[in-house]
Amino acid sequence: MERVVDPLVRQPSVWRQQSETIGFIVMVVALFIAPFVTYPLFLMQAMCFALFACAFNLLIGYVGLLSFGHALYFGWASYLAAYAAKAWGLPPELAILVGTLTATVLGAIAGSLAIRRQGIYFAMITLALAQMMYFVALRAKFTGGEDGIQAVPRGHLFGLINLRNEWSMYFFVLAIFLAGFLLIYRVIHSPFGEVLKAIRENETRAISLGYKTERYKLLAFVLSATLAGLAGSTKAILLGIASLTDVNWPMSGEVVLMSLVGGLGTMFGPVVGAFVILMLEYKLAFLGEWVLVIQGVIFVACVLLFRRGIIGEIASRLHIKL
Amino acid sequence: MFTIFGVPSAALFGQLLIGLINGSFYALLSLGLAVIFGMLNIINFAHGAQYMLGALTAYLLLQVVGIGYWPALIVAPIIVGVFGMFIERFFLQWLYKLDHLYGLLLTFGLALIIEGICRHYFGTAGLPYGLPDSLQGGRNLGFMFLPNYRAWVIVASLTVCLSTWFLIERTRIGAYLRAATENPTLVRAFGINVPRMITLTYGFGAALAAFAGVMAAPIYNVSPNMGSELIIVVFAVVVIGGMGSILGAIVTGFALGVVEGLTKVFFPEASATVIFVIMAIVLLVRPAGLFGRRT
Repeated sequence: MERVVDPLVRQPSVWRQQSETIGFIVMVVALFIAPFVTYPLFLMQAMCFALFACAFNLLIGYVGLLSFGHALYFGWASYLAAYAAKAWGLPPELAILVGTLTATVLGAIAGSLAIRRQGIYFAMITLALAQMMYFVALRAKFTGGEDGIQAVPRGHLFGLINLRNEWSMYFFVLAIFLAGFLLIYRVIHSPFGEVLKAIRENETRAISLGYKTERYKLLAFVLSATLAGLAGSTKAILLGIASLTDVNWPMSGEVVLMSLVGGLGTMFGPVVGAFVILMLEYKLAFLGEWVLVIQGVIFVACVLLFRRGIIGEIASRLHIKL
Repeated sequence: MFTIFGVPSAALFGQLLIGLINGSFYALLSLGLAVIFGMLNIINFAHGAQYMLGALTAYLLLQVVGIGYWPALIVAPIIVGVFGMFIERFFLQWLYKLDHLYGLLLTFGLALIIEGICRHYFGTAGLPYGLPDSLQGGRNLGFMFLPNYRAWVIVASLTVCLSTWFLIERTRIGAYLRAATENPTLVRAFGINVPRMITLTYGFGAALAAFAGVMAAPIYNVSPNMGSELIIVVFAVVVIGGMGSILGAIVTGFALGVVEGLTKVFFPEASATVIFVIMAIVLLVRPAGLFGRRT
């Protein structure tokens, strides 16, 4: 079909139409160059958190559901992946699969409970369920309690590639991050994603149009939990440790902060947010408890003055999608 | 000494008492959350921090100024309440037109700031706060030993809870408040200063949390972390009870405290999680909460 072009309306340039593709290319190029410029370990960790934040953003940004307990999937997946790699001796790809599937199951259970209430209650329920599973992790034998699971071997990917090599590990993490990112991109731009956005804008109307919104919400929740689990499992294999920090409530708050700083409901916002917040934490680690205060200040400043976030602000200034 | 279900009665009643104490804190805090939510449409994540500030203020009043427990029970909630009003004026009032979620995020940030500052100056180890002299000791009830202070906590929090209920449901101020919750524009048209009422409501909610904090100070140690874990449990309590009813919040709070206490006796491993499990069950059976209306 021929496109009708109204000569009086200025068409957005190709650059504007393809802004997301361009953004993606920039991101990939940057991630290929970055390990030559800064510490690969930091970058790998940041990519895990970026995937975690993207998964969280899938819910808040595109379905309008604020999950305040995403540490549950991140943390429990990292426990299971670490346990599978250490106690069962599974290769890294299978260990990550075990962790990820754990998050899927937990997401299905928690999600089916949480979607029974809307809005602010949804946030409180997800937070409470995550806290419950924190206590379970604290008491359970296999998690190692306060010590966590330490000295997890990285192993050989597919039995071939030794992941103790920093470069192999880097490209492995990069591949996982990009795969997760593209999956989310695909989901958001699919017909399913359009329904999710419709639910975000006006759930009652989506129901009246015949959509079973609860099923859509549950599926989005499970998907988000799964990807958060993928991020958590990868981080456990990367750092060789799974600990209580990853399943406790401050972690849930941190992923909210990353997405908020980068820009809720943007593709690249959570990635930028994760890198920014993680960098701040590294640089400011010497300040001790003040890091908590600074995080709080960023929260307050973002909510009051800067609700679009970094990427959201850029996108709205340039009138493009990012 | 006799046993019930194979548990010595003294242990059973002891845990029941601890349950009632915890329950009175749950009730006071969920009551404050419900009052604030009703008026501001904001879930106050800083509620735990305000509870902790109450306890810390009482501690500082004693250490620095030499003001004891009884005056602190009045002074600390006032200080924290005024602090709350400042928070409402400076931060929260800009959010009323936005999605509820921003209120949660903002108060979460405030909680981090308050907790971080307190942790920096007071560390994470608990600071001891002695029992007031007049409530030392206890009495033997025959089947158990009842420490005076714990009896006082239960009586005091019940009194405050019921007074709050009376204030909101049975007085003229309460009627204004309920009307403003339903339709603020109309209430303003009648010449009532709704923004000031909102400020006072938030201050009152914060003061309730601080009151609970002062009462908790002699039982638990005063620690900057004392609020954040409690507030998550209180969220579960609020989900179970629903925020539609003041009396509902009070009843749910006490009842869950007791259930938690009993779990400690019969199945100690589950005592930390039992409230969350009950929340899950309630969501399955009665998604709107025990006292809530389906929205």
